[in-house]
Amino acid sequence: MKWLNASALFPREASTIAPYADALFFFMMALTVVGLLLVGTLVIGFSIRYRKEKHPVAVQVEGSTLLEATWTIIPLALFLVCFVWGALLYFRIYNPPTNAMNIYVVGKQWMWKAEHPGGQHEINALHVPAGRPVQLTMISQDVFHSFSIPDFRVKREVIPGRYSTVWFQATEPGTYHIFCTQYCGTNHSAMIGDVTVLSPDDYQKWTQESTSGMSLAQNGERLFASMGCNACHSGAAAARGPNLAGVYGSKLQLTNGSQVLVNDAYLRDAILNPSQHVTAGFAPIMPTYQGQISEDGLIDLVEYIKSLQSNYRVQQTLTTADSNEQAPTTPGAVKP
Amino acid sequence: MSAASQTILSLPDQRTARLPKRNYLNNEDGLLSWLLTGDHKRIAILYLVSITFFFFIGGAFAGLIRLELLTPQADLVASDTYNKLFSMHGIIMVFLFLVPSVPATLGNFLIPIMLGAKDLAFPKLNLLSWYLYWIGGIFTMAALVLGGVDTGWTFTTPLSTHYLNTHVVTAAMGIFIAGFSSIFTGLNFIVTIHRMRAPGMTWFRMPLFVWSHYAASILMVLGTPVLAISLTLVALERVIGLGVFDPTRGGDPLLFQHLFWFYSHPAVYIMILPGMGVISEVISTFSRKRVFGYSAVAFSSVAIALFGFFVWEHHMFIMGVSNYSALVFSLLTMLVAVPSAIKVFNWAFTLQKGSITFETPMLYAFGFIGLFTIGGMTGVFLGALGMDIHLTETYFIVAHFHFVMVGGMLMAFLSGIHFWWPKMTGRMYPESLSKLAAVTTFIGFNLTFLPQFILGYLGMPRRYHAYPPEFQVLNVMSTAGATVLGVGYMLPLLYLAWSLKYGAIAGDNPWQATGLEWQIQSPPLTENFIETPIVEHDAYDYDWLAYRTAQEVTTVG
Repeated sequence: MKWLNASALFPREASTIAPYADALFFFMMALTVVGLLLVGTLVIGFSIRYRKEKHPVAVQVEGSTLLEATWTIIPLALFLVCFVWGALLYFRIYNPPTNAMNIYVVGKQWMWKAEHPGGQHEINALHVPAGRPVQLTMISQDVFHSFSIPDFRVKREVIPGRYSTVWFQATEPGTYHIFCTQYCGTNHSAMIGDVTVLSPDDYQKWTQESTSGMSLAQNGERLFASMGCNACHSGAAAARGPNLAGVYGSKLQLTNGSQVLVNDAYLRDAILNPSQHVTAGFAPIMPTYQGQISEDGLIDLVEYIKSLQSNYRVQQTLTTADSNEQAPTTPGAVKP
Repeated sequence: MSAASQTILSLPDQRTARLPKRNYLNNEDGLLSWLLTGDHKRIAILYLVSITFFFFIGGAFAGLIRLELLTPQADLVASDTYNKLFSMHGIIMVFLFLVPSVPATLGNFLIPIMLGAKDLAFPKLNLLSWYLYWIGGIFTMAALVLGGVDTGWTFTTPLSTHYLNTHVVTAAMGIFIAGFSSIFTGLNFIVTIHRMRAPGMTWFRMPLFVWSHYAASILMVLGTPVLAISLTLVALERVIGLGVFDPTRGGDPLLFQHLFWFYSHPAVYIMILPGMGVISEVISTFSRKRVFGYSAVAFSSVAIALFGFFVWEHHMFIMGVSNYSALVFSLLTMLVAVPSAIKVFNWAFTLQKGSITFETPMLYAFGFIGLFTIGGMTGVFLGALGMDIHLTETYFIVAHFHFVMVGGMLMAFLSGIHFWWPKMTGRMYPESLSKLAAVTTFIGFNLTFLPQFILGYLGMPRRYHAYPPEFQVLNVMSTAGATVLGVGYMLPLLYLAWSLKYGAIAGDNPWQATGLEWQIQSPPLTENFIETPIVEHDAYDYDWLAYRTAQEVTTVG
């Protein structure tokens, strides 16, 4: 593949998936070329052999069941091979390994925001380590976008109102294009960026140098307190909201009888649309937060809840919040 | 003598030949006689003029798009303008050119005659459908003149419902109305084919052209209402804020994709099936042979129409649909590719043991077979799930559907226009100039769209106004090809217009073809047949034709 990569006519193979995708591509290219040669040979061959000068009187032929069966079954079989091969590749690309590190991506007209759990925030850029599987959890703040890294052969639609994921494992340090491939309005073609693949050491260095100082979970903790979530989700036995510690990854029984797996998408939906996601044993009293928290804020909250192993911190923040509320007013101050 | 043996063209003696005194063209005079006509042939001509008009408007937009893409920077037009250009190009070409192209012109003209009928079942409905087409066209043009629309032809929500300030509702209204024109055409064809076949014209004696139109008509009648529904919902959500697709109001943005592609995938077959019908007629005529495996070709049209309804989700493989539903739709996509492959091989084997000549319609038909094979095979790439992830939404898909729609359908349309031009007008087009046009189109087409496959695999996204500089060389090639292609399309416009007055008199049956349409005068009488024909032979029965010709000569002698 090296000579092709050098020719500027073929994308670089910079992820573990790329060689698998290219193998299928070359197989189907071969099919196309053979098919085209076959049809071309038949058409041109017959045209020369049976042109009017050579063959003035046509011989009527009705058809041939054998021939027709041949060109029904052989293409069908080849297409089915493509189907199976394609399906295997699809599952490989869309089923992330369990040890993948997660990075959040928010798409909006017209930029990509990458949010690393460690507190690194990037716009139209993404830094990832080589040799480690990376999963992107993506959502759009407005319209459909699509996150594509051609040199990795991965792409996934970024949809408003729901998380979608894609994963890859970069192999070669370097810089590669990120494109938005779903038409998203005026500056669609400017919604591009670079993914920078770093060696593990460089990546380590980059993480330390570019952190904002607050992890996503820490941001989420603040938000959790300032939105007053901790008032109900305090973890106390008599609390009005369910205990959130350790809830991520568990199976939850809902009042409507269904059982759900608590994942990122469930947490996000439950915050925005609580009446549809009432945990069994609790009253449907949680108000909706639709329109009150940005997608970034939701990601922070989700990260926070994911990281919540005990309620110790919740109680701490609760006390802080209470003490804020009960801050003594200066006697005799003029009220605005 | 050698020149004569290279063609089957047999024209009457030009010194004595005249156009028939009475025909559908001169039966009545005046503009009103055209605007109020119920004659399927005149309506076909009205459609032909109309779609040609829209084709060149859509083509001009394509030209501007290619010109902008000559350089990597966004320098010719503003981004919003560029977005409007490709949106209007798509909307006009799909809804106002490709969908009506072959059915509303050639189908309208030929189906009643091929069946031995005097007209379609509902002549007034046929005229109404032309008016609806124009009302739809005027709405679309209004959207254009008022400042354009930049949703892309796919009207993706929530972009189209909440984020754009252009004339979305006007354009959607245009497509909504034009859709009814297509429903009425389909309905008319279905009823005509069921009820108005001449005595002896059994289903399996019908020309394959009619079969493919029958299949396309089913798609039009069943699919188009869903498009109308989805566009109505877009308009309602945009105007009164109905929350069907908007996630913040509890709607589902993927629902629009499902609805839209439920029509728009079958629409691809609405566009290509009638073209396949043309190819069957042309290949048979110029190889003097019955189409190889007539019933396989007929049934493959119907199979395409049926399977065509169950593959729409292959436009959404990367959109977070369930992996298992993606499996089902990928499998069905592979199945729908099979009937197309069958057709290609049947056409190729129609040539075997024939007596082949290479007039212009045949050259276009060969072009069709080559380009459609590439278009079809690249469709298999996109139907294979894992491959689709990398290829979808890039120039690969742009190249793929242009190979099918333009390389396939437009080639078929031009093939058919040349083939039936003598029947429609009574005059021949200039043969060598038209051969030049066919070859120019083929070369220009490949030069335009082959580089786009490479661009697509490199990852260049579609609908990009500006692109990274390393893609420039291929884009320049593509633009250069588009120029050649433009010349290829201008040529027929010019020489066909010329031939209306100066073309050689064609006579009844210049191609020695077997269809009923060739057994009547050119141009035909308004009532098509003086007496209802009785059909006693299969389609493409050249022995019958030879026998009939021999009888005529004897009678005259």
